[in-house]
This record gives sequence, C-alpha cells and structure tokens, in this order.
Amino acid sequence: MANHPLWQLTLVRFREFLREPEALFWVFGFPLLLAAGLGLAFRNTPAQVLSIGFVGADRAVFEQAPSLAVDAFPTLEEGLRALREGRIALLVERPAAGAVVYHYDDTNPQGRDARMRADLAVQQSAGRVDPVAAHEELMRETGSRYIDFLVPGLLGMNIMGGSIWSMGFAIVDARRRKLMKRLIATPMPRHYFLLSFLISRLAMLVVEVTAFIGFAVLVFGVPVRGSVLLVAGLCALGSLAFGAIGLLLSSRARTIEAASGLMNLTMLPMWILSGVFFSSARFPDAVQPIIAALPLTALNDALRETMLQGATLAQIAPQVGVLAAWLLVCFPVALKLFRWQ
Amino acid sequence: MPETVLHVRDLRKAYKDVAAVSGLDLEVKAGECFGLLGPNGAGKTTTIEICEGLTKRDAGEVEVLGLTWERDTAALKQRLGIQLQETQLSEKLTVEETVVLFRSFFHKGPTAEHVIGLVQLEEKRKARVGTLSGGQKQRLALACALVGDPELLFLDEPTTGLDPQARRQLWDLIEEFKRAGRTIVLTTHYMDEAERLCERVAIMDHGKIIALGSPRELVASIGVEHVVEFSVDVDAGAQPLDLSELRAIEGVRDVRADNGVVRMQVTALHSAVPALLAELVRRGVRLTELRTHSASLEDVFVTLTGRHLRDG
Repeated sequence: MANHPLWQLTLVRFREFLREPEALFWVFGFPLLLAAGLGLAFRNTPAQVLSIGFVGADRAVFEQAPSLAVDAFPTLEEGLRALREGRIALLVERPAAGAVVYHYDDTNPQGRDARMRADLAVQQSAGRVDPVAAHEELMRETGSRYIDFLVPGLLGMNIMGGSIWSMGFAIVDARRRKLMKRLIATPMPRHYFLLSFLISRLAMLVVEVTAFIGFAVLVFGVPVRGSVLLVAGLCALGSLAFGAIGLLLSSRARTIEAASGLMNLTMLPMWILSGVFFSSARFPDAVQPIIAALPLTALNDALRETMLQGATLAQIAPQVGVLAAWLLVCFPVALKLFRWQ
Repeated sequence: MPETVLHVRDLRKAYKDVAAVSGLDLEVKAGECFGLLGPNGAGKTTTIEICEGLTKRDAGEVEVLGLTWERDTAALKQRLGIQLQETQLSEKLTVEETVVLFRSFFHKGPTAEHVIGLVQLEEKRKARVGTLSGGQKQRLALACALVGDPELLFLDEPTTGLDPQARRQLWDLIEEFKRAGRTIVLTTHYMDEAERLCERVAIMDHGKIIALGSPRELVASIGVEHVVEFSVDVDAGAQPLDLSELRAIEGVRDVRADNGVVRMQVTALHSAVPALLAELVRRGVRLTELRTHSASLEDVFVTLTGRHLRDG
C-alpha cells in the first residue's frame, strides 16, 4: 500500500500543495475572509437613515419624519454642491409656502427613497390624510438575508476556482517542466497520474467545504436546511465537473500563461452570470437558458435550494443533470485531447 | 558473442518537412557503453527518444531487448532506465520522496535508500529538490533512471550545462555503472565525454551516422595523429599566407582556415612544425598563437563535415 504508485502520486499532490503557502491561503483563507468581509458589509441594519438637504423656510415639517437627517443650507448653490458630492441624497427647496422642488438623481435608489419620505412629510404636514389605514408587520428571517444568499454562491465559486486552478496549474506545470514526459517514460499507469489529482482534490474539498460552511453557520447563522449528505454530494459532483473542465482547459497548453488565459476566460463569465454575488434573474430572459446551462449556475442554484430551502434531490435534479452533463462531456474529450509531452 | 540489446534498422523521422533522422542503423551489444556524438540538431535526441518509446517513428525497425514498443510497452518500460534531457523534477519534493515515487512504478529494483547511495546523495536525502545544485539534480535524475534496476540505461546529454567538477563526478558514476556490467546508450555533444566513457561511438550529423567505431578506431581512420592550430597577425603588411603552400609541407595532410585560425592535420609533428615556422619567417608573418594536440573525435568530426561539433 505505502508503495502503491497511486498512493505515492497522491502524496505528491498533497506535498506540493501543502508546501505552497500561497495556495493554502487562496484555497482556505481567501473564501473565509471574503465571506467575513461581505457579511460585515451587508449585515442587516435597522432601516437606514437618509441624509437630505433643505433650503428655504419651514424646516420644521421634517422634525416628525422618520429616518431622515436634515441639513439646512443657506443657499441653493451650497445645497446642490452637497448633492453632487453625494453627502445628501435629496435637496428639498421651498421657494415659498405651498411650493416645493425636489433635487435628486432618479436613478439612485436612495434618492428615490428620500424623495418619497420627504414628500410624505411635506404633504402630511400640509394636512393630507391617507384614505386607507395601513399597519406594518416586519419579517426578518434567517435564510432571506444577503449573507444567506452569498454563502452558497461563494461556496460554488470556490469549488469552481479550486478545481480548475489546481488541475490546470499542476498539469501544465508538469508538462512545461517535462516532468510529465519523464513520468510516462516509466511504467507508471497514465490514468493513475490523473486519478491522483482527482483524489487529492476531493480530499481537500472535504476540509475546504467543512471549514467554510462551518464558519458561515457558526458566525452568521446561515441555515443548512436540506440534507448535509446532499450538500456534500453536490460539492463532490461540482468538484468533479469543474475538475473535468480544468483538465480539458489544460489538455493541450504548454505554458502557464496560455492555460491561465483559458481558465480566466472560462471562469470570468460565470463569476458574473451564475449568481455568485447577485441573483442571475437580473439578466434578460433571452439569455436565461444559457445562464441555466452554465455549471456554476447549476451548482449555485442547487446549493442555495438545498441549504436555504431544504430541497431534496428530486427537486434539484435539473441542476444535478447539468453538472453531470458537463462532467460526462468534458472528461472524455479532455482525455482524447490530452498531450502527455 | 554478446547479445544485441538495441537493434535499429533504417530509422526515419521527420517533423513537418524537416527530417530529424533519415535512415539510421544501430546495434548495441550487452555490456557496452555506446555513444551518439554529434552537434545540436543532429538527431541524437530524436533517435534516443524513439528507442525509449517516447516518440513515434515514421519508418524503420526498432527492437529493444528483443522486444518492440508496439507489442511489449509495459514489459519494456519495466526493464529500461531513462534520463531525459532537461527534465525538471518537482522542486517541492525531497530527494528521498522523489526516488520513492519513481521506485513505486517498478515491480523490482533496489531500495530508494540504496539508489540514493549509488549516486552519492545520502547527505541530501531530506533536502528539497529545489535546493540542489545542477550536478546534484543531474545525479538525482540518474537515481530515478536506476530505481528499476534497468537492463539498458538511456542517458540523453547527461552532463550538458554542468561545471567541469560536476561533469567529472558524473563521469565517475557512469564508469561505475559500466563496471557493474550495465549497458548504456548515451548522447553527447562533448567529444571528451564520448572518448572517456564510450566503447563505441556513432558520430551523427543531419540525421545520419557518418562514422561508427571505437574512439581509437575513429581517430585512426582519419590517418592523422596530430593537429596544429595557429593564428597570425594580419595587418603586419606581410604577404598573405597561401594555404596550398602549407599543404605542400611534408607530413601535412590537410589545411583549413576558419575564423582567422589555421588548422593543419599533421602526421609527423617533428618535421611539420619546423617547416611551418620557417615558412612564416620567410614571409615575415608574425605568429600570435600556436597549439598542437593529438587528434581527437572532434578532429574526426571536422574532417568528415568541415564543421566543429560546438558550431551546431
């Protein structure tokens, strides 16, 4: 066992990985830092207070207005400058009682929000009474926060990056250094060489995913509502699919530069399109079928459904099918194209 | 009569339109150290890599240890030791880890420890490959070629790029393998390496063997024992040298001028050198450099091709 070539080749993979501190950071440290940073930035805060400016008489109308911080400006010029510099979201100008002018950027959500709140205060103080009585019930549930959306996406992105980079770099490097040629000059069975990458990748995945999900659950209280086994299976399937893509991307390249160009070209669209940081539903309907066929979209959607909604295997079957298809197409093609020298 | 371990007949290989090997025949006997000597681009590496099963040939026969690559790949790989030109082993592994890895591919062979001892890297056993010197890396590559206790050892330019001391150390090791009765095929573009290590040498040029025999036979075949090289001061206003007059000197076989250096192949040094000096004095030419040496494989190559080995 200790001298089995597959075991020795797998050991090499671990040794090369563990002896490269940068790789350790990118695989384990970076996703945790990213989740922590984004979690802090997008933590749920009480309804935001908006800053607005005011020029003219009768500033008192805003004193009762909720969530508005009002700065008075002596002249319109100064108020507009503050608006341009982004210090206030809205400038309210009252040239005379009975007239009001709102200065704001209507493409800025904060500006629109501030205008509505300010206008409400202005109209109500002038005596408007709402014809329909409304009361509010607030819902702030775990599972619907931004961090809950983000964690499965980061997990998927990390699986993609880890698989493609670790396959691609090590293979192209071995080819460039003629190490691969030296290895195939020995009786080493060739499939062991590729298998060792797969084994080491899956083993590292266990550590990676456990650390990341554990962090998200403990620190942010991100829920894992579906089966843990299903989440693990999804991670493994995703890793294999992206490993096959990485193998395909590195099957011919002789230089790191050529390979990393190909890898970035492959991953960049998915970072944007596949719903890592924001929902892919924001893209036009016409491109939705293409987005749905991307492996990262499939992985992210399946992870989200499983973790946040508690979906079962049957419910995420389409996404599992997409991932399996990528694996089953890319792997044989990569083997066919693979250049050993 | 020792058995033939490598048999190559009318081997041909072209890359796109460029012929790398064009009709090459070789026989290597068990127990000998056989050298392929030639300048860069002569086709040595292509030839040896076809024999190693790494490159496909276009035409011709190749039999290694009585087997062919088409039928017996797995068995052949177990029985060969291979060192490639410019392999960079993984820098993050230690010497021992590297040897153990290669050992794991072979059914039989000595222990990793033993092989590390053979190439004198015991002290570097735990050192990372990235920290080794060029000579140590080359010895590690040799260790990786030896782990399967090979019947035939292929070494492609084993000392290229090494400093003189590391080269001599590697030569000592290879000589020890020879004493242990191993068959070795090596390529080199250093004539001194071929002269020192090889029982028989094939001189290659443009994908063909242009001379074959023991270094002594090859040197004797050009019928020259010594070489005289000299250069002269050209702007002394003297009469230019006439090469044909130098050729007429007794005991001189051939004269060539190359980059301002005149090179004479000489059978009788004792008569040729005084006659040369007298001729230079007669013409008032000032000598700036004069060297003589015994004829070598380099001179064989120059005689056969008109070029130097290092010119490529």
